Formats: sequence, structure tokens, C-alpha cells
Amino acid sequence: MIVSPVVLSLKKICFGYPGGQLILNDLDFHIHAGDRIGLVAPNGSGKTTLFHVAMGLLKPVSGTIEAFGKVRKKEADFVEVRRRIGLLFQDADDQLFSPTVLDDVAFGPLNLGKTREEAVNVAEKTLDFLGLTGFEDRVTHKLSGGEKRLVSLATVLAMEPEVLLLDEPSTGLDAATKEKLIDILNSLDLSLVFISHEFDFLSQTAQHIYTMENGRILFDKELHLHTHQHAHLMGQQPHKHI
Amino acid sequence: MNQDSFAEGHSVIHRIDPRLRLVGAVALAVVVAVSYDFTTLITALALSLLLALMAQLDLRTVIRRLLAPILFLLLLWAVLPWSFKGESFLTWGLITLTRPGITLCAQISLKTIALMVTFMALLATMTVDTLGHALNRLRFPDKLVVMLLITFRYLFVIEQEYRRLLRAMKIRNFQPKTNLHSYRTYAYLIGILFVRASERARRVHGAMICRGFSGKFFSLREFSPHPWNGAFCFFITFSLILLIILEWVV
Ligand SMILES: Nc1ncnc2c1ncn2[C@@H]1O[C@H](COP(=O)(O)OP(=O)(O)OP(=O)(O)O)[C@@H](O)[C@H]1O
Ligand SMILES: [Mg+2]
Repeated sequence: MIVSPVVLSLKKICFGYPGGQLILNDLDFHIHAGDRIGLVAPNGSGKTTLFHVAMGLLKPVSGTIEAFGKVRKKEADFVEVRRRIGLLFQDADDQLFSPTVLDDVAFGPLNLGKTREEAVNVAEKTLDFLGLTGFEDRVTHKLSGGEKRLVSLATVLAMEPEVLLLDEPSTGLDAATKEKLIDILNSLDLSLVFISHEFDFLSQTAQHIYTMENGRILFDKELHLHTHQHAHLMGQQPHKHI
Repeated sequence: MNQDSFAEGHSVIHRIDPRLRLVGAVALAVVVAVSYDFTTLITALALSLLLALMAQLDLRTVIRRLLAPILFLLLLWAVLPWSFKGESFLTWGLITLTRPGITLCAQISLKTIALMVTFMALLATMTVDTLGHALNRLRFPDKLVVMLLITFRYLFVIEQEYRRLLRAMKIRNFQPKTNLHSYRTYAYLIGILFVRASERARRVHGAMICRGFSGKFFSLREFSPHPWNGAFCFFITFSLILLIILEWVV
């Protein structure tokens, strides 16, 4: 079996917010090209923090970040990283800062030096791909929660990243939209890491499930078959869980 | 929040290039601000009303938005006429109303109303983001444009946050009274709002950096040519010349 190259690797990362204890403690995390990793961990265990450290938004106290074959230390090193890795924020209101959807989706491509026409083109294509045709002139703060999520995803995809870090992409989506999102994610030819608290969602998208404990990643926890209780529409009828 | 209510019309003015409207409004404002002649000021007021008519502004809303400046003007009328020194106009017991005081009040009132109405007709008829893009095209500094647009965008989020907090207080049976508990609660509310706003700012900045933001603002907006643009230019130029002639030549 050919081992695909490592695109992002965090080695011995320690991080704590000012005045607090360490949230990431000697953490190791590697993403290979083409990986699809699901990250499940309790609230407050530092998943969001991990993503922000990986993007260079938070500076680790110690440890090294290597992306695309180079060690990244300074702010300037991360400019390229951010072009090639897309981060979907946990709160869509953080991600959508432009007045209209088209402005927002085209923002990234414009910053990458595309011309206006190219940027509008990419933006429209991305919106179409996500089934958001006709959303161009919608006002971002008037979108519903689920629509905001999908538009946020569009803003990240429009930058044509090689790796996607998705912070709870499925939260707050209805069943149909979630199905749509799963199809979209499965059709993307990218390396993906997603945080989610929903096993149903992860089992349909991820190859590996990782979890976090005491500021570290625990690798390759095999999916266990388990019995569980939950509410269903049409719960009487037989249904399938993986 | 309903700041965009004027922006949603479909009048002649709404269709005119926002950049022209912006430049026109500023030019009129400058001329009116330095004029003192009553003919000029009354003409300016008439022109502003004409613009408001063309923009098909709702009269009631216009008056409602004029209430605050009118209150301020009333305050001037209450103070200036007797406190200003000069030739007396009317003596009434100990109080003497002076002619220059009254003249000044009348000038300020006319200017204020004329400018407010002009701005409502020309600027309030575009959304804030259109204004931002128009400013950008007129080579306004990127920093200010981005600040304007982002302030506008997050005003809504912060307002929502405020409402959420208020609701959280209400469902736990908070009733505002004049006691320490109420004041402290309001202080917490405001404090939390500030903390959340600054946390939000940090995250939004992160999101912008993640998408390659480096301080440069790009506008996608196309301002398409419209046959009325020429007519509007002519109208504004004509108005400006008329006002200037009335003020300085006649
Ligand atoms: N800006 C901050 N300042 C100080 N502490 C913070 C900040 N953001 C998060 N923390 C703390 O860091 C810890 C990890 O937070 P983080 O947001 O990474 O958790 P998470 O795993 O994403 O949780 P969730 O599932 O709830 O999103 C939490 O204990 C939190 O209190
Ligand atoms: Mg989180």
C-alpha cells in the first residue's frame, strides 16, 4: 500500500489560553493527503482550539507545526497555509462578514489575486455546486442558521483548498440538509477533518474517528457497534444504523 | 432595526448611480453649510423637498426622522434669541430678544432641515453596503470602508445578542426596578455585550485572515449606466449654480 504524503502535522504542541491551564498538552496530530478524519470529543476538550492553532490563529507555547513539507512559525509562514487549508468556523456569524452572499463568497478568491470576473465566476460555481443558486444577492445576516452554514462552506470551498477543517458542520441542520451535506463532502476530492458530535454523520463521512483526552489526540478508535436510545420520526419502522 | 426602509423604494432617485448621489449630496451640503442668505436657504429647502418628492419618500417617516433634529432646534430657539447680543427685536419684561439671535436661529433651522431632507433623499435611499461600495469606488481609504461595512454587518449580530441576553433575564423573571440588583444586572448586561463584541471581533478577524485578507478591500459591485444619471448630474449642477448665484452674486 502506498502511504500518501503528510500534508499537515502538529508535533508536541502545547497551548493554553492566557491565565488558564494547558488545553493542548503535548499533542500530536497528522493529516495525510486524502484522509477523512472525524474528531469526536466532549465539549470544552479543545477541538476548536486545535483547529485555530493549526491555522496559525493561535500561537502554541511549544511544539512545531509542519504544513506541506515546511515548518511554519511566523505569521508570514501561515499565509500560504491558510490559502491551502480552509477552516469552517463553528459559528457561521464569524465567517460571514460581508453584507451579501456573493460579496462574501468572492472575498477569498479576490484576496488570492483573482480578477472580479474570475472571482464572481468561482463564487457562482461554488454556490451552484452547493445547491445555493440564486442566493447571490441575499443579505448574509438575514439567512437562516442552516443557510448560513452552507454559505459559510461555500466561502471556504471557493478558495479551492487542499485540506478542509470543518468545525461542527452538521450542527443545526435538518435531516434533508444533512444528507445533502454528506453527499457534498463525500464528493469532494480533499483531505477532510471534521468535528462532530453526531455518530450518524461521522459514520457516513469519516474513515477514521479520533478523539481527544487530556489535551491529546487518541488515534484510530475503531467504531464500535453499540446499542443506543434516541427519538425517531417513524421509530416503529425498521431502520439502519452503522 | 429598520434603517433600510428608505432604501427599498424604486423611484427615479433609487436608480441613479450611488456615486453621483453621494457626490451630489456632499456638494449640496458644502454650499448650504456656507450660505447665510435667506433666499438661498429657502431655495435649498425647496430643492431638498423636490428631491424627497422625486425619491417618493414616505412623508410620515421623513417627519419622524426629523423629530430629533427639530428637538435640538427648539432648544436653540429657547436659548439663542435672548442670549445673543445685538440690536433688540422685542423687549418683554427683563427678557430682550435680539434680531441677530433670531436670524441665526432661523438660518440654522433652515440649513439643518434642508440638509437632513437632502441626505434622506439622496443617501438614505441606498443601503449601507451600497454606500460602502460607492465610497470605495470614489477612492475612499479601504480601512474606513471595511470599518463601515463590518460595523453595519455586526450591528445586527450585537443587537441579536443583546435581545438574547434580555430574554434570558426575562424568562428568569427579572423586573427592572430602581434598586441595586437591577442596576447591577444592567451593568452585567452591558459588560457581557462588550466582552462578546470584542471576542467576536477577534474571531471575525481570524476568519478574514484565513481567507487571505491583508487590508485591501475589493468591491464587486457594478454601477451600471442609467439614462437618468445624466439628467441627475444636470439637476444637481443647476441647483448648485443657482444656490451660488443667489448667495454670492445677487
Ligand atoms: N477565547 C478563550 N479564552 C479563554 N479560554 C478559552 C477561550 N476559548 C476557549 N477557551 C477554553 O478552552 C477550552 C477548550 O475550548 P474549545 O472551544 O477548543 O473546546 P471545543 O472542544 O471546541 O468545545 P465545543 O465542543 O463546546 O465546541 C474550554 O475549556 C474553554 O473554556
Ligand atoms: Mg468547538
